[in-house]
Amino acid sequence: MSTAHALLGLLEPAPRHGYALKRMFDRYFAPDRPLAFGQVYATLGRLERDGNVVVAGTDQAEGPERRFFAITGQGSQTLASWLAEPIDPEPHLQATLFTKVTLAVLTGRPVTQLLDAQRHAHLARMRELTTLRRTASLPNALLADYALFHLEADLRWIELTAARIGELANQIPPLLPAEELAPPHRETVE
Amino acid sequence: MNDARPPQVSTSPSGMASAARARVLESARPVLSGEGLVRRFGATEALRGIDVEVREGEIVAVMGPSGSGKSTLLHCLAGILRPDEGRVVFDGRRIDDLGEGERSRLRRSAFGFVFQFGQLVPELPAVENVALPLLLDGVPRARAMVAAAAMFPKLGLEGLEGRRPGEVSGGQAQRIAVARALVVEPRVLFADEPTGSLDSLAGEQVMELLTGAARAARVTVLLVTHEPRIAAYADRELIVRDGRVSNGASA
Repeated sequence: MSTAHALLGLLEPAPRHGYALKRMFDRYFAPDRPLAFGQVYATLGRLERDGNVVVAGTDQAEGPERRFFAITGQGSQTLASWLAEPIDPEPHLQATLFTKVTLAVLTGRPVTQLLDAQRHAHLARMRELTTLRRTASLPNALLADYALFHLEADLRWIELTAARIGELANQIPPLLPAEELAPPHRETVE
Repeated sequence: MNDARPPQVSTSPSGMASAARARVLESARPVLSGEGLVRRFGATEALRGIDVEVREGEIVAVMGPSGSGKSTLLHCLAGILRPDEGRVVFDGRRIDDLGEGERSRLRRSAFGFVFQFGQLVPELPAVENVALPLLLDGVPRARAMVAAAAMFPKLGLEGLEGRRPGEVSGGQAQRIAVARALVVEPRVLFADEPTGSLDSLAGEQVMELLTGAARAARVTVLLVTHEPRIAAYADRELIVRDGRVSNGASA
C-alpha cells in the first residue's frame, strides 16, 4: 500500500500534525506494524515538495514546534486518481512458488512434497486468520477476509498444479539445449 | 518473498487461544482411528492403505481432489462402508467387523451425520426434523421435542422451529441438519461437504455455528471439504490423494 496516498487521505478531512497522522495511520492500516516517525516526516516532505500538501501553520504551545499539514487541491486530485486506478493484479506467488516448482521439476526433486508443505503452511495461516476473525472488529475481519481469499486462490493454484505434475514434467524444456552445454571434459584436454 | 503471511493483522490474542487448544488436543486420547485401510470398488482402489488417528474433541478437515477417496475414508470410519483390509477402532473397540445391525445402532447412538443436501423431511416442521433421531431411538416424544427445541438457539435458529424445510434458506436448512446431527449428543460428527451447496457467507455461518457447537459439546468432527476456507475452521487437515494420506508435514 502507498503510505503517501494513505496520508493524503487522512489529511483530506482536516489539517493534522505528523504525530496525529502517524497514530491514525497505525490505527487504521497497520495495527501490527506501526509506521516509523522518520518515514512519516520523509513522506510528508516529499508530498510537500510535489505540491500535494502545504504547511498550514505551527503550534508551539508546549514542547517542540509542531507543523500542521494540509492537503492541496492538487493533493486531492492525486488521491482521487490513485483511488480510481485499479491495482495491478499482482501474481503473488508466482515469483517464488512457481520458481520452486520449476526448479524441483528440473532437478528431479519431488514436487508433490513441496506443494503439500506449502498447502499445510497456507492452511495453518488460514486457520489463524479464521480464529482471529471470530473476535475481530468488522474492519479487521474484512482485512482477514481479504488475506483469506488470496490464500485460497494460491491453494487452488497449488491444487491444480499438484494434479498436473506428470504433464508438467513432460513440458518443461530441458535445462539447456545440447549445443549450449559445456563441451565434454576430454575435449578441453590436449 | 513470502506472501503466505499478509501484513497488518494482529494474531496474538486468538493465536494464543488456538495454541492452548492445540496443547489440550495433543494430550486428548484417540477416539477414532483407521489402520491400513484399503477399500476397492470393482477394479478401482479408492483407499490404498490409510492410517488416521483422530483425538477426542478434535476437528479434522479431510481434503483432497475429487475422486481422491476422501468420502470413502469418511464412510469407512463412520461404519457405513466396510474396508476390504485394515481396521477401524472407535473408543477402543474394533467396529469394522461388526454386523450391519450393530454398526447401524452405533451410527445412531454415537455418530452424527451432515451431508451436502437433501437431508430434511420436507413434510415435517424443523423441530420435528431435529427430534427425528431421538424419536427413532425410542425417546418419548415430549422429551425428544424439548431436546430438539433446545438445539435451536445453539445454531442461531430461534423462531424457526415451526417452519418446514421448504420455508427456510439453504443455510438455515443446513443448520437444522447440524442440529439434528448434534441432538443425539454424538461422540463423532461426520460432515461431508456440509457447505457444498451454499454461498460463502451462508457457508461460513454454518461452519461458525457447527464448530462452535461442536467445541462447546466437545464433539469430535470429521469434515470432508475441498474448500480451504471451510477447512480453515478445523484444528488440522488431512490431505488424501490417490487413496493415500499425503505425507506433507501436517500442521
